[in-house]
Amino acid sequence: MERARFLLPLSRPKIGVHGITGSWRFRRPEIDYAKCVGCGLCWLYCPDSVVEIESSGERFKVSIDYTYCKGCGICASVCPVKAIRLSEEV
Amino acid sequence: MMSSLLGGETVEVRFHGRGGQGAVTAANLLVDAAVRKGLWGVAFPFFGAERRGAPVTAYARISSKRIYTRSMIRRPDSVVVLDPAIMNYVNAFAGLKEGGAAVINSPKPQQPPAKARLYVVNATRIALDLGLVLAGWPLVNVAMVGALSRILGIELDYILEAVRSALSGRIAELNAKAAERAYNEVVEVGAG
Amino acid sequence: MKRLTLTGNHCVAYAVKLSRVKVVPAYPITPQTTMVEKISEMADSGEADIQVIRVESEHSALAAAYGAATAGVRAFTATSSHGLLYMVEMVWWVAHARIPMVMAIVTRTIGPPWNIWTDHHDIMSQRDTGWLIAMAENNQEVLDETIKLFKITEDPDVSLPGMIGLDAFILSHTVEPVEVPDQELVDSFLPERRQPYVIRSGDPLIMGNVPADLLANAKMRWDVHLGLKNAEDVIEKVDEEWGKLTGRYYGGLVECYRCEDADYLFVGAGAWVGDMRIAVDMLRETGLRFGVLKLRYARPFPSRRILEAVSGKRGVLVLDRAVSAGSAGPIFLDLASHIYSARPSVPVKNVVAGLAGYEANYEDFARIGESFAKEVSESGWVSSPLEFYPGR
Repeated sequence: MERARFLLPLSRPKIGVHGITGSWRFRRPEIDYAKCVGCGLCWLYCPDSVVEIESSGERFKVSIDYTYCKGCGICASVCPVKAIRLSEEV
Repeated sequence: MMSSLLGGETVEVRFHGRGGQGAVTAANLLVDAAVRKGLWGVAFPFFGAERRGAPVTAYARISSKRIYTRSMIRRPDSVVVLDPAIMNYVNAFAGLKEGGAAVINSPKPQQPPAKARLYVVNATRIALDLGLVLAGWPLVNVAMVGALSRILGIELDYILEAVRSALSGRIAELNAKAAERAYNEVVEVGAG
Repeated sequence: MKRLTLTGNHCVAYAVKLSRVKVVPAYPITPQTTMVEKISEMADSGEADIQVIRVESEHSALAAAYGAATAGVRAFTATSSHGLLYMVEMVWWVAHARIPMVMAIVTRTIGPPWNIWTDHHDIMSQRDTGWLIAMAENNQEVLDETIKLFKITEDPDVSLPGMIGLDAFILSHTVEPVEVPDQELVDSFLPERRQPYVIRSGDPLIMGNVPADLLANAKMRWDVHLGLKNAEDVIEKVDEEWGKLTGRYYGGLVECYRCEDADYLFVGAGAWVGDMRIAVDMLRETGLRFGVLKLRYARPFPSRRILEAVSGKRGVLVLDRAVSAGSAGPIFLDLASHIYSARPSVPVKNVVAGLAGYEANYEDFARIGESFAKEVSESGWVSSPLEFYPGR
């Protein structure tokens, strides 16, 4: 592909392309690991892909990247065991 | 009669039929045959939606020179009527030029148009003889092109080539036969 | 090369096949339908290696064609009138994403009232979108220009999509003799597809993300304009090349008929130019030296070629088959503004005719031309710069 001779409205996807979106958050989702069953619904539904799931053997460890989490609360809403609680951001 | 094109450089034809009867295909075939003969031609439908059974018109303009105009044909040199019953509803001879020719699919002579010649051919009989029937309708359009080409001086071979190019297989052969019969059977029945 | 008698719609279908288009998403609308039906038949019989996609609207038709073109293949779609209006959001998007592709517009009146006959309001309403807009006079030109548009739009100096306009019924459904080139000839003419970027799975790109830099965004807008201006030279070059291969050179952006020694010029675009040629011959018989300047492209607007042609004439009569309501005919507006800076002392008049498919033929043009020549020679200028034919 030869180089285009004009500017293009193209970009490449990368983490944090719109800045530190965690600064938008006024409610903070927190995971109660005693309740979490590692089903992955929060990971599936998160519109900003900030939920991560690590597996070690048969155990799943769910975590949230607070640098970019906007605090929309969808994860808490879809969690089938109510393991995610929204607390006030202070 | 072979150099007819009704004696001019350009001939304009209007086809009258019913939606689904193949008037547009007839106009297209006539032009295709004329182009094979080395002439220029354009064919076009009446510019509108077609409904099966409703009276429709199609047009052809053939010339020894390239044709530039896109205008409608209002004063045809020739009119072709695929179904004579349509003449109860539309004036098929409207605007027909003096010295022009009308060709009608009819089992019997009809009243000739004013100051023009009338030809008839029993295209329905030809279609029924050949078993050229589709959805209950005898297919008369290609036969009528055969009859008209005789009057315009377009050799039968060009019509047969055009038919075999547009259609294929048994249908092509039956239609070619219909065109040939109509070409030979069309008769002048008088002039008004 | 084969000589066939074809409708304008079938000419486009042959051009699409010969240009080795791979994807054709389309939604049917009269009078475009027989074009896509023919392409569909070609795909079904194996005559052409084309994937036809049925979509639920014209907006989706162009979106799908854009998607295929973005992924690196030649794509095509076609529409008309209300269908074109329904896809307008995507029309702008494709141009500003700089994705080359070709679309046929069978020009048709916009309702109400519901009307399937030709005028140019649909295609002319798209002249700000960034697409090239070609207009054909006859079916041969429809076929030739569709093939050429693939080469022109994919030129790296252009990289924009293009429309080919053909008049409803008087081209789309009219059969006339056409030379259909062989596949080998078209293959030797059309290079491999070129485009500024390709989106592939595994190598994700984002098209159109919110801009971080508004000046860069402003430059992108202006670049689309420059791309169209670049297309002027590309169109001339590609037409010459096609002329050498086929013997059919059209004159590039404009075609002149008896312009050189003319005192008066008709300017127009589309199928009715054929009738203007006849009117020119008729008027010359009466001693009025007319010529026709046929606009083959409305975008890019051929300002330089037009200025050359109108300079020194006694009068220019622009025939528009559309009106920008509240202003004047679109070709007139462009022509008048583009010759302004050269201060030509030529009267220019605009006659808007042929709207809603109401026929204007060679007899009408001869009448309009005669009265224009009279107006100019009596008053030395135009007393009424914009008229509706046949009048109130």
